[in-house]
Amino acid sequence: MPAPLLELRNVQKYFPVSTGALLRRKLGWVKAVDGVDFAVWPGETLGLIGESGCGKTTTSKLILLQETPTAGTIRFGGEDIAGLQGQQLMRYRREVQVVFQDPYSSLSPRMRVGDIVAEPLEIHTDLSREALQERVAEVLELVGLQPEVARLFPHEFSGGQRQRIAIARALATHTRLIVLDEPVSALDVSIRAQIMNQLEHLQHTLGVSYLFIGHDLATVAHISHRIAVMYLGQIVELADSLELCAKPLHPYTQALFTAALPAHPDERHARLIITGEVPSALDPPSGCRFHPRCPHAMPQCAQEAPVRKEVAPQHTVACHLY
Amino acid sequence: MLPLAILVPFILIALGADFIAPYDPTEPIPGAKIFEPPFWMQGGSMHALLGTDFQSRDVLSRLIFGARVSLIVGVTGTIVAGSIGTALGILAGYLGGWVDQVIMRITDAWLALPGLVFAIFLATMVGPSMWNIVIILGLVFWTRYARVIRGEVLSLREREYVKLAEIAGASRTRVILRHILPNVMNSTMVLASLTIGVVIIAEASLSFLGVGVPPPEPAWGSMLSDGRSMLMVGDWWLTVFPGLGILLVVLATQLLGDWLRVRLDPQLRNL
Amino acid sequence: MAPLLRVSGLQAHYSSFGGSRVVRAVDGVSFTLREGETIGLVGESGCGKTTTCLSIVGLLPPAARIVGGGIEFEGEELTTKRPREMRRIRGRRIAMILQDPMASLNPLFSVYWQVAEPAYHHQGMRGRSLRQRVRDLLRSVRIPSPEVRMHEYPHQMSGGMRQRVVGAIAMAGGPRLIIADEPTTNLDVTIQAQYLDVLKDIQEETGVALIFVTHNLGIVAKMCDKMAVMYAGKIVEQGSVRDLFRAAKHPYTQALLGSMPKLGSKEPLYAIPGQPPNLAQLPSGCAFHPRCAHAMPQCVAQEPDDRRVGPNWTARCWLPDRQAQEEYASAVA
Repeated sequence: MPAPLLELRNVQKYFPVSTGALLRRKLGWVKAVDGVDFAVWPGETLGLIGESGCGKTTTSKLILLQETPTAGTIRFGGEDIAGLQGQQLMRYRREVQVVFQDPYSSLSPRMRVGDIVAEPLEIHTDLSREALQERVAEVLELVGLQPEVARLFPHEFSGGQRQRIAIARALATHTRLIVLDEPVSALDVSIRAQIMNQLEHLQHTLGVSYLFIGHDLATVAHISHRIAVMYLGQIVELADSLELCAKPLHPYTQALFTAALPAHPDERHARLIITGEVPSALDPPSGCRFHPRCPHAMPQCAQEAPVRKEVAPQHTVACHLY
Repeated sequence: MLPLAILVPFILIALGADFIAPYDPTEPIPGAKIFEPPFWMQGGSMHALLGTDFQSRDVLSRLIFGARVSLIVGVTGTIVAGSIGTALGILAGYLGGWVDQVIMRITDAWLALPGLVFAIFLATMVGPSMWNIVIILGLVFWTRYARVIRGEVLSLREREYVKLAEIAGASRTRVILRHILPNVMNSTMVLASLTIGVVIIAEASLSFLGVGVPPPEPAWGSMLSDGRSMLMVGDWWLTVFPGLGILLVVLATQLLGDWLRVRLDPQLRNL
Repeated sequence: MAPLLRVSGLQAHYSSFGGSRVVRAVDGVSFTLREGETIGLVGESGCGKTTTCLSIVGLLPPAARIVGGGIEFEGEELTTKRPREMRRIRGRRIAMILQDPMASLNPLFSVYWQVAEPAYHHQGMRGRSLRQRVRDLLRSVRIPSPEVRMHEYPHQMSGGMRQRVVGAIAMAGGPRLIIADEPTTNLDVTIQAQYLDVLKDIQEETGVALIFVTHNLGIVAKMCDKMAVMYAGKIVEQGSVRDLFRAAKHPYTQALLGSMPKLGSKEPLYAIPGQPPNLAQLPSGCAFHPRCAHAMPQCVAQEPDDRRVGPNWTARCWLPDRQAQEEYASAVA
């Protein structure tokens, strides 16, 4: 059994909140990520799904070293990424890249596409100009663009094409893991499928792993092998994608499925039972964080936080119902 | 394109001064009288088209060479100011922290100095010469760049493509040179074209006060100063022509700067 | 019974650069809507759906104009109305809900004043009856403890709550038609579901008709009775939601349906090749032909008209004709 490419163990990220400028008031903590465990294997896509405030953005920032964890470890290729320096840090940066949601602000407007895609190579390698150009052409073709576009500027491209350029840049340096943060949400519907198919094709060809962060269940389920459902900084359920769609166990996951838009007018979904909104991460509910909104809440849920455990093969849930 | 219609002739004249000007601007015209009026007035003649000044030097020639001085000082002074200001603005905005604080406090302190007075002070200290003036004006006007550019960099810094470069492992130097600088150049250029006019007026003021470009080198400002006393007796051509020159060039640069601002800002362009 | 809204051959153009460049944003759009019906106006960015709605309420930006066709609402022709008359209609008989609630709400006024305003202006309500009306409206959009929350300000509320306030404001004037332009795009999944349920409830209680502008076919499947698919300024297929989802006739509709990922299925998605069209430089004939899997020479040469492909079902395509011909040919062979 190969080792996981990326592994998060009990990762926490608390942000301090200062109240009041002058008086010494007690500091609060925004518990953005509170005990997250998951792994991503080589060549697979792990989907991360949740609504605003669930911590998926913070999790991606932790993986990208834009923030450091308050507690817990993140391992990449077996090595702890905290405190990476010098050569090792550069290697991590070379092997882990990101594609963001907005295609219009992720490409430097005054750089040619070829230079944008080549930049990671320039930073990490010593390749000659010809070698760079060759690699750029190679990667552009991989994402379905003509190598000739390298001399054009970003504003000459549509949203979907820009995302392809962003993906090309992410792949330039033989990346092993790409964090995709809502990569198709800002694209037109007819283009989304193009990009999704392209991403899947690239995974088959190159064996790169994806951490696919999204809010649309159908999209995430389609491209992911496994899905982790997040709520208020914690993972409440993690399972194989098809298994999760067939048998969602956690009440929140079930709510997400009920809330998901139908694919056909004949699909009659039950009315959404959960009410209210996601509480603030500043003062999360005691015990199981979902209990105030949970239709199956029991007295135990308010007192004791459930531990995520395996309930079916490769299917873990954090809920007292199981 | 009105601004260009005004500026291009001025630039050409300034460049070709040696060939266009009928006389040496620092020497009196042989055989001419002092304070001759322009040719279309009584007492004027064709050999001094716009008249002569108190040393019977040709006003037209002095005007032409003065254009060169004004434009050179204006442009290079702006370049110096822009370079200092943009560099400091970028460093303050991108590096943040104490670098930002230090630079901003320096900027604030510098702004507290009254510009022209400070320029005069410096000019009297280092002695007048064209290049000294250029540097002095650069030192006076850099602050407006620093403030504006810093603000832009603060917002640029959060753009995704900058973050992406950082995530990809780019060094700070690389991010500044490849991502930040090219994207603030628009603002710098707009500011520059708007500043040229101000610098030209500043130079004219310094020359007017006698601490600018030293005589007998012609400068529009000193021409204004020399001719001022003769206004009372009606010898208007000594001041009106250089004054018109300043007016037209500054107007043109302001219009150009405004046009550039709209042209270069993609959001305003479609209005 | 006469329909509530009848749009016939609507044409709206944007002109820029002093009239030298004209973009036919809406190019011959026709549809009808009866009382209490919900129609989904579906399409991607630039297809003309928003411009169509702005035309209906008379809020086109200065660069745009209605250049042809008619909009009949409750028997009155809207395109010939003066701005003052349109102001009386807007808010009172036709209301609009937009995508971004923060942009729709005035940060300086409390929720109470904003919900009360249409009732105050259009129906002249005051005092206690006005307060009661605001309470009822907030209750109808399921805002808990309305007596308390009506005194809050927009920034004190969450996105979902704000969008409900917008809904309450829309209902305040007692409209017969609400146009909702992508109202849930910025909302979380569960919040979106709650909000759509609220809209459905309002419809059931008041019988208001809804135009739902969206690019999300899932919303159409959930909320709408009929749908009109737009492409490059024209409606390319129109009919009941059931008919289109089951057996869409226009290749673009088919492609849109095929490109939607379906929960629990890993079937490859159908990716429409190419890009959405540039309205200033439309292809010849049928605007969709460069991206159509079934394009025929006829499609390049001639623009298809709107043809009837079933009861209350039209498609702007040459294909159904060809298919009918082939069926006939094989039937008689």
